[in-house]
Amino acid sequence: MSATTETIEQVENLAGEGYKHGFVTDIEMDMAPKGLSEDVVRFISAKKNEPEWMLEWRLKAYRLWLTQEMPSWQKLDLPEINYQDSYYYAAPKSQADGPQSLDDVDPELLKTYEKLGIPLREQEFLAGVTNIAVDAVFDSVSVATTFKKKLNEAGVIFCPISEAIQEHPELVQKYLGTVVPYTDNFFATLNCAVFTDGSFVYIPPGVRCPMELSTYFRINALNTGQFERTLIIADEGSYVSYLEGCTAPMRDENQLHAAVVELVALGDAEIKYSTVQNWYPGDENGKGGIFNFVTKRGICKGDRSKISWTQVETGSAATWKYPSCILQGEDSVGEFYSIAITNNYQQADTGTKMIHRGKGSKSRIISKGISAGKAHNTYRGLVRVTPKADKARNYTQCDSLLIGDRCGAHTFPYIESLNRTARVEHEATTSKISEDQLFYCQSRGIGDEEAVALIVNGFCREVLQQLPMEFAVEAQKLVGISLEGSVG
Amino acid sequence: MLEIKNLHASVDGKEILKGVDLTVPAGEIHAIMGPNGSGKSTLSYVLAGRDGYEVTEGSVTFKGQDLLALSPDERAATGVFLAFQYPVEIPGVTGATFLRTAVNAVRRARAEDEWDGIGFVKAARAKLKELGMTDDVLKRAVNVGFSGGEKKRNEMLQMAMLEPSLAVLDETDSGLDIDALKIVAEGVNALRSPERSMLVITHYQRLLDYIVPDVVHVLADGRIIKTGDKNLAHRLEAEGYADVIGEAA
Repeated sequence: MSATTETIEQVENLAGEGYKHGFVTDIEMDMAPKGLSEDVVRFISAKKNEPEWMLEWRLKAYRLWLTQEMPSWQKLDLPEINYQDSYYYAAPKSQADGPQSLDDVDPELLKTYEKLGIPLREQEFLAGVTNIAVDAVFDSVSVATTFKKKLNEAGVIFCPISEAIQEHPELVQKYLGTVVPYTDNFFATLNCAVFTDGSFVYIPPGVRCPMELSTYFRINALNTGQFERTLIIADEGSYVSYLEGCTAPMRDENQLHAAVVELVALGDAEIKYSTVQNWYPGDENGKGGIFNFVTKRGICKGDRSKISWTQVETGSAATWKYPSCILQGEDSVGEFYSIAITNNYQQADTGTKMIHRGKGSKSRIISKGISAGKAHNTYRGLVRVTPKADKARNYTQCDSLLIGDRCGAHTFPYIESLNRTARVEHEATTSKISEDQLFYCQSRGIGDEEAVALIVNGFCREVLQQLPMEFAVEAQKLVGISLEGSVG
Repeated sequence: MLEIKNLHASVDGKEILKGVDLTVPAGEIHAIMGPNGSGKSTLSYVLAGRDGYEVTEGSVTFKGQDLLALSPDERAATGVFLAFQYPVEIPGVTGATFLRTAVNAVRRARAEDEWDGIGFVKAARAKLKELGMTDDVLKRAVNVGFSGGEKKRNEMLQMAMLEPSLAVLDETDSGLDIDALKIVAEGVNALRSPERSMLVITHYQRLLDYIVPDVVHVLADGRIIKTGDKNLAHRLEAEGYADVIGEAA
């Protein structure tokens, strides 16, 4: 047996054990009745004490969803999903009235986040060097948002979206559903009907958000879907960097996560959105894990605005996700940096869409797919240049790395250019970790698993560099851990 | 330090080493010379533990341990270092990351404290200075876009950082012009010490003008057929392998 084969096997054998966030928090929950119906939609809306317009919007979406079918073009082999078999609302009882301050947060929840390495007590932040405000979403509700006061002083609004619907209805009504309409697609429509919480961010004109904002999503309850909704608005000339992290307990059942994220960047504004997705990927036989079917889209509405997506996707049994940019403003910029790692029986179909509408708009796509075990990893991307987008430019680079000989890498780039002055470039490579590289590292004393992690981190470097410092370190380790069960 | 007894090794079922006997005491530099296809690189790979090089008979004892029972990384931790004939590129991994990972892996295996970032940079800078190199090599991706000379000097830096007790230099002179060769040889000489043995594998005598060996062995058809002092290398250069091999046979 060759050294590479052995390494791959060792790495594969470790799968499951490698997932460090698989624990369950034992906490009393307030649940909606099982299954999906108009009553459940009304139940959620009532729980959130929502205004009439919100409920109407949800019901419109729900009725449309009943007529829709799940998309089938993705390269994912999925079982039939029974949407009546899930709970659509689950909230810790202790949080029934919503947290007034961090002192009100259930200690059990604080412990959970501590265990995950997400400190929610502000003094823990102050003691360290971190400068990140956190919104913690536990199943269907936000349980805590830190640093609200400091952000308020800068005029920044950072709160659970359910709170924004109460406190800032004019902003929510103006922007919600404008980037991802309720008619958008099967999963987005479902989300419109049953979304429970998520984060809301508004950065006023000319403000550079004084700290990184982040939301940490945790699925805990059994048979519960998480449907969060995030809306970020960067007003003229403002800047914000937002981070998102996700984990879930190890369970044998698949759990559904269907989020919607909408970003709006007005003139000269910039939004940097980073994700480290580490949902439970299922065990080494492909049992369990999260179905991560997410719609993320941003619009560069104003001239010279910029939206940059960076994602590190290591978890989930199946991922269906295409963070996209509509480049409407002149000279607007869209970026997509992605690392997708699949191992064992994980499947990922992920990529981006760059829709060039504004003159001189530019986009850049760097995608790194790593596949190990029996996993399948697909890049699917669309670059569309509309007739008015004179001198639009795109550069795409798609690199795939294979570990072992039972996994697959697939690339589906779609390019539609309707403007003669546009320039669109696409480069793609597929490679394997070579025996030479492994032996070279080993002969320097580096064990085979660490060697694989090192080589894969090198392969991903261009993307890792895009992450904010605190996240980059975390992501590098995560690459290592998910490759313990795969390669790196 | 190193004791090789009746070593037989095959690659893809074909026997390449056919009974090598070799003893290298501590602090000595031994040269192994031989024509192409004599088994020189195979010997270096067998010592480093490369996969696919199957030992069918014989033993290798290093510092009293059975070297063949160890994995390549364990051998490195015990103090074996192989300077590659063709150093491998690792895109996206900086020299600093690579070296620090390697040094700390070895230190961990030896139950020594790992180096933090500052400790590492200090140590690396000191070694770079000794070798007359700039810290450019720490910032660039390992061997990517390096010239032949840069690659070999990078091997010397790794060797200096890992402080092996046995260094195997596999055709370190290949692909180098005379200036690069001198620089590399200086690097090797800087690392000579009474605790460190070296096995210098080469096809040509010219490297041995700069790295003067204590003992010269001639490897032909998988066996050491002749052993002598540095003058043996000169004779090979003057008379060619054919004569010396013919004489030994």
